[in-house]
Amino acid sequence: MLAKIYVTLKKGVHDPQGEAVHHALLSLGFRQVSDVRIGKYIELKLGEMERNEAEKKVTEMCQKLLANTVIEGYRFELE
Amino acid sequence: MKFGIVVFPGSNCDADCHHVVTHVLGCEAVALWHKETSLQGCDCVILPGGYSHADYLRCGAMAAFSPIMTAVKGHAAAGGLVFGICNGFQILTEAGLLPGVLMRNTSIRHICRDVTLRVNSNQTRFTRLFRAGEVLTMPIAHNEGNYFVERRQLVKLEEQGQILLRYCAPDGELTEDANPNGSLVAIAGIVNEQGNVCGMMPHPERCSEAIFGNRDGKKMFESML
Repeated sequence: MLAKIYVTLKKGVHDPQGEAVHHALLSLGFRQVSDVRIGKYIELKLGEMERNEAEKKVTEMCQKLLANTVIEGYRFELE
Repeated sequence: MKFGIVVFPGSNCDADCHHVVTHVLGCEAVALWHKETSLQGCDCVILPGGYSHADYLRCGAMAAFSPIMTAVKGHAAAGGLVFGICNGFQILTEAGLLPGVLMRNTSIRHICRDVTLRVNSNQTRFTRLFRAGEVLTMPIAHNEGNYFVERRQLVKLEEQGQILLRYCAPDGELTEDANPNGSLVAIAGIVNEQGNVCGMMPHPERCSEAIFGNRDGKKMFESML
């Protein structure tokens, strides 16, 4: 099973990196862009396991290590 | 008093801390490899600066789960002193021993220079030799020193005198320009509720001897004795 995990900054948390990229995109002429938020994408390969069990384990991994829940949120897909 | 200095893969201020503890303070110090599980009877544990685990994932995220950290948590729970400097501060927040998180500097730049700091609270084991409001000079060297904490927690930090040091102008004024990294209310260092675990971004071990032209850091260490 494959877990695709997206870790993103919570709403309201300042993202200077996103702002800099936004600025760069605007200066390249991409005026359509109204906001940029930068996050992390993590892929995990899991052994054979029940979907429910995988969901539980990946949630635990996100809570414990992969995301800092003070400032980051997470979501994931299992394939 | 015996100091233990934890060495994580990527720590790079451990030797400086060891030098200050032994040669400047005249105390005993032992290096504690992060895979060890005993603090060898140390009274104070220092988590030094550096780039533990190359700052992969988030600064201090992996180091927070090193085997030695179980012993450090036990030591802290029993009232023992724990002092995290720079990456050590980041590790303490990731380990849940201090509230909040250190995010990327708002300038998105690594900052390495002297800053001026105001002693916000001198009623702690780490700042008791300073006067309240005293202005200190210390070097900072970090990319992630932008302290953030949820509002409710910030109010608690303020009410309980847990904010030790704040970035300020040389005259002690708290101005936006004097805040180098965007830290919430210019926080440079805090202490936990019990007052025995301290984390700070500036490096007191780099300004503890006359040869460096600044000994403001020495008082920080002496406060702990």
